[in-house]
Amino acid sequence: MSETVKFGKSSVFFDTFERRPGPIRKNMHYCPGCGHGILHKLIAEAIEHFGIQKDTVLIAPVGCAVFAYYYFNCGSISVAHGRAPAVGTGVSRANPESFVISYQGDGDLGAIGFNEFIQAANRGEKMTVFFVNNANYGMTGGQMAPTTLPGQKTMTSPYGRNTATDGFPLKVCELANALEAPVYIERVALTTTPRIRDARKAVFKAVENLRDRRGFSLVEVLSPCPVNLKMSAQEINAFIEERMEKYFPLGCFRDRSAETFPAPVPPPPVRDPEKVKELLFPRKLNIGVPKTFRNESKIFNYERRIKIGGFGGQGILSLGIMLANMAKLRNFNVTWMPSYGPEQRGGSASCSIILSHSKIPSPLIDRDCNLLIAMTQTALEKYIHELKPNGVLLYDSSTMKRPDVTPDKKVLGIDALDIATNRVGNHKCANSVILGALSVILIDHYLEGEDKLDFDRAFEEAIIDGFSSKPEVIKQNLYAFYEGKKVALERDKSKTAQA
Amino acid sequence: MSRKYRIVIAHEECKGCRRCIPACPKNLIAVGGELNKQGYFSVHAEHPEDCIGCGSCYLQCPEPGAITIYQTEE
Repeated sequence: MSETVKFGKSSVFFDTFERRPGPIRKNMHYCPGCGHGILHKLIAEAIEHFGIQKDTVLIAPVGCAVFAYYYFNCGSISVAHGRAPAVGTGVSRANPESFVISYQGDGDLGAIGFNEFIQAANRGEKMTVFFVNNANYGMTGGQMAPTTLPGQKTMTSPYGRNTATDGFPLKVCELANALEAPVYIERVALTTTPRIRDARKAVFKAVENLRDRRGFSLVEVLSPCPVNLKMSAQEINAFIEERMEKYFPLGCFRDRSAETFPAPVPPPPVRDPEKVKELLFPRKLNIGVPKTFRNESKIFNYERRIKIGGFGGQGILSLGIMLANMAKLRNFNVTWMPSYGPEQRGGSASCSIILSHSKIPSPLIDRDCNLLIAMTQTALEKYIHELKPNGVLLYDSSTMKRPDVTPDKKVLGIDALDIATNRVGNHKCANSVILGALSVILIDHYLEGEDKLDFDRAFEEAIIDGFSSKPEVIKQNLYAFYEGKKVALERDKSKTAQA
Repeated sequence: MSRKYRIVIAHEECKGCRRCIPACPKNLIAVGGELNKQGYFSVHAEHPEDCIGCGSCYLQCPEPGAITIYQTEE
């Protein structure tokens, strides 16, 4: 004579719920008669039956089941509201050997996270989603949910859900059934014992699909919430069967598990820490300067503000990034703030760069800028008032006339577009030509000592750092930079000769 | 050889939701008169050895460990 347990606590549950705070460690936190407990038991049984406990990752929603990790002795994650399928996608892709179960309620899946859910279903992610539909928001006290029935009274629909203003209940299974990718979709109810047995079959099927990695499975569970709906165990069963099932018909909407061949398990991703480091930080070029380096020129003792304006596609933002990168490689604090229209080509674009050896309080520039680079007439007119007295203005003389500004400002025009198109052979390099011309102004008037030589070197380092994977881009931009410099120097000389 | 079943309901784990009472085909389960530590009137099985091992009450019960059904082979 031997006594065995025929029906008892699944081994997938912790024996004592040590993670649960407070003195009660044997019970779940759910209200009496809650469907979550029944579904938890079915899922635990299925996980135990298919032997996938070790590699299962159960993703808990925000909602009543948020503490699912108290109970399940498997991998668990609590994620931001509604994001379970999104996080599940990441888990199943980063760890292809894991089995991802997303457990969600109607607020989590039907409201805030519906997009995450439907996109994951559409991608056919290898996961199983359990959707607990109890026709209200349980955790917060029984408010109206997307699944609340027409005319149903809740905390926030005291006169019953009015379909004219609140719309109709969301049929999640039917919506998912419109997609190509899902493998298995079924709606079940946790009411009478036969229905729970059907639900058990559906849960087992979904977990089996998960084990075989057949694709996306969805089980919607009409679940009793007797406390919030103010009913007894019998009344809630009648409510589900008589009212909810009319609107949410039970049954299997799709079962393609037999037609779907199990996907092969992809090779596990790189786990070697050294290799991960290599992936994250591809290379450490020997560029930059020691941490203690400071430029000696006096102009760098103060915050320097640079504004660049033009239209989209001229390389305005990259010119800014280049300057910012140069400053970064010389130990400045630097900010780069772009501003551009919605168009990718055309429209106005501008960026503000601030470099300083102390803290930069705001990355925006709307006045007192030290250097303005204008590549179109409109940008010049728009930003010229932001230039400080005795600031520097650099403009593209091939596209605009010499601006009329007060004599205290230094103005230099360079045929950037002409030089880039005709000499370099790529009009996109006009921004590097501008930088070449800038280097002439700075070296002539502002930089001191070693810094005179360092500007060009900083440019080279910045361009190599920024485009290390594109040698052709580096070559062209370096060429454009030195062409710009040459032209600016020639003009300087001829000016001196004239004088 | 015959099989016998025995139902055990954990007094402290029951929350008294009464889902199991109509589920039992033998009407074995009834509400007891004692409050447990959680403050619920828990249910108890009146003749636990009359259990037929169908598992209906176990399926209905939302608590993982409140109902256990043992099977004895003789």
